[in-house]
Amino acid sequence: MAGEILTRFPATLELTTVSMVMAVLIGIPLGLIAAVRRSSWVDYLAMGASLSTLSMPIFWVAIVAIWLFSLQLGWLPVSGRAGPVWHWEGLRHILLPAATLATTSVAIISRLTRSGMLDVLGREYVTTARAKGVPPAGVVGKHALTNALIPVVTVVGLQYGFLLGGAVVTETIFAWPGVGRLAMTAILQRDYPVVQGCVLLVAVVFVLVNLLVDLLYGWLDPRIRYE
Amino acid sequence: MSEIWRRFAKHRLAVIGLAVILGLGAVALGARRIAPHDPIRQDLPHALARPSAEFPLGTDEFGRCILSRILFGARLSLLVGVIATAIGATTGILLGLCAGYFPRADAPVMRCMDVLLAFPSILLAIAVVAALGPSLGNVMIAVGVRSVPSFARVTRSMVLSLKGLEFVQGASALGASHARVLFRHILPNSVSPLLVFSSMQVATAILLAAILSFLGLGVQPPTPEWGKMVSDGRAYLMEAPHVSLFPGLAIFVAVMGFNCLGDGLRDALDPRVGRVAVE
Repeated sequence: MAGEILTRFPATLELTTVSMVMAVLIGIPLGLIAAVRRSSWVDYLAMGASLSTLSMPIFWVAIVAIWLFSLQLGWLPVSGRAGPVWHWEGLRHILLPAATLATTSVAIISRLTRSGMLDVLGREYVTTARAKGVPPAGVVGKHALTNALIPVVTVVGLQYGFLLGGAVVTETIFAWPGVGRLAMTAILQRDYPVVQGCVLLVAVVFVLVNLLVDLLYGWLDPRIRYE
Repeated sequence: MSEIWRRFAKHRLAVIGLAVILGLGAVALGARRIAPHDPIRQDLPHALARPSAEFPLGTDEFGRCILSRILFGARLSLLVGVIATAIGATTGILLGLCAGYFPRADAPVMRCMDVLLAFPSILLAIAVVAALGPSLGNVMIAVGVRSVPSFARVTRSMVLSLKGLEFVQGASALGASHARVLFRHILPNSVSPLLVFSSMQVATAILLAAILSFLGLGVQPPTPEWGKMVSDGRAYLMEAPHVSLFPGLAIFVAVMGFNCLGDGLRDALDPRVGRVAVE
């Protein structure tokens, strides 16, 4: 039983990690641009897109993605897992499910980055930095971004821990052999030991990720110290 | 009141959201009048027809008009969203009131809520439906249970911040019973954050209910339900993508409506939050 969960976990770990990397790489720059170009078309487009994404059912996003990229364009496989992500086939198989899973996170991260940046850009130390003649990229990148990122780190951590518990819907649609699908079939078949094992795993992972997030705070903001 | 309405009306997205919800409500009530076809009767010669004048959004694998099924599906989705939220809100608010007001109840109630929060919401809902059996009522309970801890937390924090204020202490000093203080003084003052939170919760409830029926745990066929329709269309994605695409769009519109309404209510009811650029 424990073996079954442990053989499924790497697949979930891989899917979640790839999708969180995607979400961070897209979400933070998007929020950053939206904040710097506030009330421009980029801002409206980015925030409109993220509000819409948050309202879409994820299974529908998955189906539209399959229809477009697999059936119409024929670029990516429909479902399944074909080895680890560093192999070409494995990478091709993970792209669609990871991107689908990333949509919600991109929306949340970009909104948070934007509001954090807007808050920080109005602070006095940013004005001071500008007045000293720090180039705009330095002000935004170093002075503002590191401070705006703290709430983002919290949410990325929470989201990561949450998704590690198994993205039930995404794993089901893409036939991804992960913990989420295992937990769902276990619940439906009333296989209680497996359900308990999955819930325990979810809880442990969630606590560990939260601990890491707490430690990361100290690195991002040296004022935060743990005695 | 007019001040609240003025602030709400200034929020363009919120007004659109309200209009969308009222429109959906009207559609749900009048589905029998406006639907061009019977949503359940099969018409196999027209199976998987592309959108046309007779079937504006095409037909599904049994030749049923998708537009008519979406119109009837609005009833179910709105009903599930609203009733599930009402179940969660009533339970959660009562628990939150107790936890915030009676120090002895605080730890036991809130730790139980933490346990509920520890389960991923989808798994929790699946587990509840699997235990009770798939039906409309059980979906409402499953989706409602998920929102209990969040309602309890929001209510508890409101109670904690109001409990120390003079008017509440005054009421207690004048000899008002606990129930009177809670329901006449504390609860009415917590209404606006709870209202904002509820409208966002309806959006989440509709999404979660759609996920449950997508997984085959919701309302059973042939009742038209949006999530189930998307799921049924998966098998015909190659030749008839409209079978999945349109019902999904309906879910999106409904959820978006409640999200926008929530944003607008927050800005209208909470003057502390300044108006943000787009949201």
